[in-house]
Amino acid sequence: MAIDWFPLWLSLKVAAVSTAAAVVIGLWLAWLLANREFRGRELLDAAVTLPLVLPPTVLGYYLLVLLGRATPFGRVYEWLFGSPLVFTWQAAVVAAFLHAMPLLVKSARAAFESIDHSYERAARSLGASELLTFARVTLPLARRSILAAAALAFARSLGDFGVTIMLAGNIPGRTQTVAVAIYDAVESGNGALARTLVLIVSAVSLAVIWFANRVGGRSRAF
Amino acid sequence: MLRARLRKQFPASPGSAAFSLELDVDAQPGITVLFGPSGAGKTLTLDSIAGFVQPDEGRILLDDEILFDGAARVSLPPRKRHCGYVFQNYALFPNMTLRQNLEFALHGRPRLERHRRVNQALERFHLEDMQGRRPHELSGGQKQRCSVARALVGAPRILLLDEPSRGLDAALRAELYGIIRQVRDEYRIPILLVTHDLDECIELGDEILVVRDGGVAQKGMPHDVFDRPATIEVAQLLGLHNLLSVEILALDPGRKVSRLRYLEYELAGPYFPGHLIGDRVWLCVRPRQMTAAPRAGRPTANQIPVSLERVVERIHGLRLEFNGDLAVEDSNGVAEEARRVKDWVVEIPPAAMRVL
Repeated sequence: MAIDWFPLWLSLKVAAVSTAAAVVIGLWLAWLLANREFRGRELLDAAVTLPLVLPPTVLGYYLLVLLGRATPFGRVYEWLFGSPLVFTWQAAVVAAFLHAMPLLVKSARAAFESIDHSYERAARSLGASELLTFARVTLPLARRSILAAAALAFARSLGDFGVTIMLAGNIPGRTQTVAVAIYDAVESGNGALARTLVLIVSAVSLAVIWFANRVGGRSRAF
Repeated sequence: MLRARLRKQFPASPGSAAFSLELDVDAQPGITVLFGPSGAGKTLTLDSIAGFVQPDEGRILLDDEILFDGAARVSLPPRKRHCGYVFQNYALFPNMTLRQNLEFALHGRPRLERHRRVNQALERFHLEDMQGRRPHELSGGQKQRCSVARALVGAPRILLLDEPSRGLDAALRAELYGIIRQVRDEYRIPILLVTHDLDECIELGDEILVVRDGGVAQKGMPHDVFDRPATIEVAQLLGLHNLLSVEILALDPGRKVSRLRYLEYELAGPYFPGHLIGDRVWLCVRPRQMTAAPRAGRPTANQIPVSLERVVERIHGLRLEFNGDLAVEDSNGVAEEARRVKDWVVEIPPAAMRVL
């Protein structure tokens, strides 16, 4: 039996890109939430956490309304990149990104807040800017929790079904991720393909969680 | 030179009572000790100077540069204040070697200069051999030297030390005092040291500020403060013995004498200008100026019968501690059998009485 590996590769690519984006934006947000007092801070935290609990269809609906071809955002995107966002693999990235964010922001904020503040104070009193303090002191001190959170976010992005199917659709060879492909295989009675993909996804996820537990565990800090 | 006027209010919250900081510090090159109990506002003062905490009002001047001015809404961020800060836990960056910790303080400087200054600091604090080690591979004393070296390598205009001796054993403590004295002699900058250790005040302080309830209760040279505490609260903070609450029974300006009552005993005292008959005042007597003897017969003038509670061996002789928080220091020593005697008398010479 010939197996089409495309959905698996697409899922890995989507998960990697969305995790990378979530790390960059999530760390910034987490730092903001942990270090700056501003109005609506807890509201922002709640908004970032929302994708964790909302039904995927609700989230997918919001995104379609927000990013569809007729919306201002959709038009700007189309003008910038020459093609619409919805029903492309980039849309799957957006879906996966929203699922990766809460995991990252939550863990990173907790990690930043649990760091002994005297390290950051020491850096500042030694003349370091906020950016240098973050890059050379805060981040290295929190790197284990962040690495673990990124691994979990990657695993989470790998398995998204609901939002992906609403926003990116199910176009074989273009936007069909592994989770969607499994659904398709079961529906069409292709049990062998479904079993193979299920086993591979389970193995990859297990490995990622094992890695996350290893780096995030209470082993020595350095 | 540092001149700081700090005002900060903390309203009462469910977890803590209201607190207000109203504290003025002037520090010249040399060691200025902020002494006081926990929660008096000592660390808050250091943090305000370093810029980690914003006062509500006031002004902080360091070598004629304004670090903070409440009225003009000026507040430099910590990185522009040039304050060397030594943290209680040293706060050495665990992901960097000792050398990298020092280099961090000189980021942005030319490489050659950085190299030279780090080498100088390593040499000065005897750290050359372990410059490649990470903080967790260093001993307590090495961490201590490294944190002082790191705070100083960027040539700060003031050094702030937050309870550096807390939790150290006697040997490390002695080593620390050596380093702090070395810094005082080699860098002509003000050193502000927070402590609640009395010996540290005497051992290191060129000037001492007794901090209590967010304000300065007394300041001066350590020996002057110990000899002449300004108030009963300061005397109690300094752990002084022989604080006697007495009532003035009679005052005779002509013969320069007074009669006092302490508990049920009458004492002859010197004349106290500015006080009236019937006043209750606190007397403070230095343990070295009183004498004590095992009780024999009726107490004579200015003798108070007491019972011996403890005999403390000190470097310079003995300290006999009696009930009522009275203590007498005796450099001559006490015979072995006398230590077992319970009933003693202490004699307070009128000349030794000082009123607070």
